[in-house]
Amino acid sequence: MCIVLRMSIGHTLLGLLESGPRHGYDLKRAFDEKFGHDKPLHYGQVYSTMSRLLKNGLVEVDGVEAGGGPERKRYAITEAGITDVQRWLATPEKPEPYLQSTLYTKVVLALLTHRDAADILDTQRAEHLRLMRILTDRKRKGDLADQLICDHALFHLEADLRWLELTSARLGKLAKEVLPS
Amino acid sequence: MTPAGSLLTADGLRKAYGPTTALDGAAFSIHPGEVVAVMGPSGSGKSTLLHCLAGIVRPDAGEITYNGRSLTGMSDAALSALRRSEFGFVFQFGQLVPELTCLENVALPLRLNGAKRKDAERTALSWMERLEVDDVRDKRPGQASGGQGQRVAVARSLVTNPRVLFADEPTGALDSLNGERVMELLTDAARSTHAAVVLVTHETRVAAYSDREVVVRDGKSRDMERLV
Repeated sequence: MCIVLRMSIGHTLLGLLESGPRHGYDLKRAFDEKFGHDKPLHYGQVYSTMSRLLKNGLVEVDGVEAGGGPERKRYAITEAGITDVQRWLATPEKPEPYLQSTLYTKVVLALLTHRDAADILDTQRAEHLRLMRILTDRKRKGDLADQLICDHALFHLEADLRWLELTSARLGKLAKEVLPS
Repeated sequence: MTPAGSLLTADGLRKAYGPTTALDGAAFSIHPGEVVAVMGPSGSGKSTLLHCLAGIVRPDAGEITYNGRSLTGMSDAALSALRRSEFGFVFQFGQLVPELTCLENVALPLRLNGAKRKDAERTALSWMERLEVDDVRDKRPGQASGGQGQRVAVARSLVTNPRVLFADEPTGALDSLNGERVMELLTDAARSTHAAVVLVTHETRVAAYSDREVVVRDGKSRDMERLV
């Protein structure tokens, strides 16, 4: 769970860097403003994530302001970083309850980086329905216990799909809110 | 582009009702024995797509091919004959004839095709048994429950052994349990006869009984299989 969270923060920060180089504190502010309403990032998380991304060649230091300190570094995304964000956005999440916050992040980042957000929602929708088919098939062949267990998962997946459809219908409105006018 | 082995295909379908565009370049294909769910928000054009595929509505532009024959160039009489002999239909409300018994309703398509009463009713009864509604054979549709009525309608749609079954919101008027039972029986029966099923639904739990999903939005279609 912790690793998933770290990965997700890394990709999100990378995505935010696509619009141009930023300092660490600027990245934290952008993250908190767009995605961190309930859970703002700690500075420590930003810098540990950035040094990992630096080590993996996904970002590079674009400049260092006088005064030293890691917080003075300005980061820029590399070509490998852009490819990494693209891959992350295009890969559907494993369907599970309450994944909307990750999906919401992906959708907003897609809008911010002028990628096809509708495509991300459709890819996720297809992945959800794929799992629903597997569960429906298991339910058909199983006993009552199987049916009840599968039904519980199916109802959650159905709720996710409703959210995907609703978000898909509201993409234009969301784009107006998140994109700088 | 016609996917190899398709039974029914459509490409570049356009249809407008006055100023309202219902289909705007939609495409579709289905293989024998395949169940394809057509989904999309209300007013997206999914029912118009079904009606075009079934030869009920003529598209303004585009091509529909069934078993190697172009539907768009067919006369009304030829289309009507095709629907009677090759296609089956189930709608949200069973649309059973209220004056006839359930058995007579199921036997009706065979009788219209010229079958003798006894033969037609024997075949109809075997379908009613498969759909688990043989116990309401002598009741009128008004005396059967909603779930039973819909299963009678499914039996009627399959009694002529159609090669394509068109189902438009077949569980729309049913509760979850009855809806799922109808879907189980419908897809089992269609698969056993190798019929293709075009299933229009807005319910994802119903769509989960399909093999593949096509989403229609603003009159355009998208085959979701290609995304996974």
